[in-house]
Amino acid sequence: MMEEFLQALTRALSFGTPLLLASLGALVNERAGVVNLGVEGMMAVGALAAFGVASETEAPGAAVCLAMAVGALAALLHGFVTLTLRANAYVSGLALAMLGLGVAGLLGKRYEGAILFEPAPELPFTVAAGALAVVLWGFLHATRPGLVLRSVGENPAAADVLGVNVMAVRYLAVAFGGALAGLAGAFLSLAYRPAWTDGMTAGLGWIAVALVIFVGWSPLRAVLGAVFFGLLYYLQFRLQDQSQVPTELFAAMPYLLVVVVLALAGLRRTQGSAPAALGRPYHRGER
Amino acid sequence: MIRFELDPLPRRRKRVGVYLGVLALAFTLAGALFAAYGVGPLEAYGTLLEGTLGDPQGLAEVLRRTIPLLLIGSGLTLAFRVSFFNIGAEGQLLLGAAAGAAVALFLPASAVSLPLMFLAGAAAGGLWTLPAAWLRARVDVNEILTTLMLNSVAGYLVLYLVSGPWRGEQVQGFTYTDEFPGAARLPLLGDTLVHWPTLVLGVVLAVALQVLLTRTSLGYELRVVGESPRAARYAGMPIPRVVLLTGLLSGGAAGLAGVGEVAGIHYRLLDPSQISLGYGFTAIIVAWLARGHPALVLLTAPLMGLILAGGDLLKISLNMPFRVIDVFSGLMLLCLIAGESLVRYRVRWAR
Repeated sequence: MMEEFLQALTRALSFGTPLLLASLGALVNERAGVVNLGVEGMMAVGALAAFGVASETEAPGAAVCLAMAVGALAALLHGFVTLTLRANAYVSGLALAMLGLGVAGLLGKRYEGAILFEPAPELPFTVAAGALAVVLWGFLHATRPGLVLRSVGENPAAADVLGVNVMAVRYLAVAFGGALAGLAGAFLSLAYRPAWTDGMTAGLGWIAVALVIFVGWSPLRAVLGAVFFGLLYYLQFRLQDQSQVPTELFAAMPYLLVVVVLALAGLRRTQGSAPAALGRPYHRGER
Repeated sequence: MIRFELDPLPRRRKRVGVYLGVLALAFTLAGALFAAYGVGPLEAYGTLLEGTLGDPQGLAEVLRRTIPLLLIGSGLTLAFRVSFFNIGAEGQLLLGAAAGAAVALFLPASAVSLPLMFLAGAAAGGLWTLPAAWLRARVDVNEILTTLMLNSVAGYLVLYLVSGPWRGEQVQGFTYTDEFPGAARLPLLGDTLVHWPTLVLGVVLAVALQVLLTRTSLGYELRVVGESPRAARYAGMPIPRVVLLTGLLSGGAAGLAGVGEVAGIHYRLLDPSQISLGYGFTAIIVAWLARGHPALVLLTAPLMGLILAGGDLLKISLNMPFRVIDVFSGLMLLCLIAGESLVRYRVRWAR
């Protein structure tokens, strides 16, 4: 019994790690007022970049760094289109998701089916994700830069009057979100499933975006949310070969649950804890 | 620094110029990615154009891909008009296909089989949109996430049906249903895969939705809600109802497309990935290009149909993955929304 429980927990933590990393990133850029739905795409290019470097050079550190850089670059593209050009952030994020999946699928074709002979350990990623959640919580609530970031997401006009460079903060936050999505991708292709297959992100990026709403934009609650979804994935694998219930139902469960979670959040109006200026462009002198 | 000034009345010439410019940019960037993949951009585009426009068989293939895009695209154009970003057309198409298959397989075949299938498909597609549309209209839950998640759920639902209860009795080891009876099959144009009744339906729908938008009171409400929700609220318009109705309409149109695919091409319900080549996602670009005018889909659907057919060619002739379609879609969508800003604003360089 105890053994079973421990196994469930380990698997849940392992499933939950990429979710937690990606949603912490999305949480930070959303706290600064920027929505980026492109997590799935940034994760995919991050995963490919990490796998490419690791299989050519066998330097996992460099692989992780490049994955984060590529994720951040992809996010900056979204930043340019939505912050500077003021295009619709939701549509831009969707386009980024498509583009990221497309680029990873196209450029990753040469690695299709390849495996990594020396996979990276999972534990450092999991520990880093948990630690990051705590650090981010402290950063957001107990430091001045954290306050500045939140003010940009709540009331950019007031922050601007106080001398905050709203645009710079938002660009930084978007890049941070992209870097963490890239890191989540690196976890997938280096440690979790040390191989490259097209579409290996398998919708995790979208679930990470929904998770941010689910946990009410709180980094600490994000840990619980990620473990919860991790457990769900574990159950899906555990139960599919020994129950009468069709396996498709288990496979569809995370997606169904996201809809239910979003519905509950909407009905209970927990969206009230969303940053007030979320998804709204800010430009001085305009309303 | 770049400074933006609102351009209250952008000229037609500027508008057209910017859109052509950004589309050219999208194709150039895609070409650069092809080069990075190891295929010369000119070779890729040459193959794409030659195999589609320069060949009767290829043209028929473009037309075949255009059919679902026409139906889904015109519905989405309407939905985007009220800022209901329905990304779930893929799932709505699958539900339509499943409902059509249910009629074909489980009701006695007759002269009304096909009309019944289309009706059932439209109803199923519309209903599959209902949770997302209701949540958006009533409690303001972001519909991009919900419709997208329901795509996956629809995929697993169809997979369950074809591998479980609906699995054909004559098929061995395969996961699909028995073949539809003759009365539940659409006629084809010559020896192509163009199921022309669905094509006609798509053209009629695009025109009908254009008329609805510009000539009816519902269309008027729809335009006001889309352009200025605040004005709509002051005028006492039922905003949630308009959003809900538009969402259901767009889902119904996707459901029709699903029926067309199973009744016109496959004659059975089968694995979701074989029913649709991502038509629901490609139709997003079709609708975005149509800029809020359902009738313009008559032009933009063939364009994306060409790209889908071209993706097939690149896969077969140049051994490129079908993901190139996502590259095209992502780049075109990004460039288009960026172009929209360039139309709406004047860009000034200032210190």
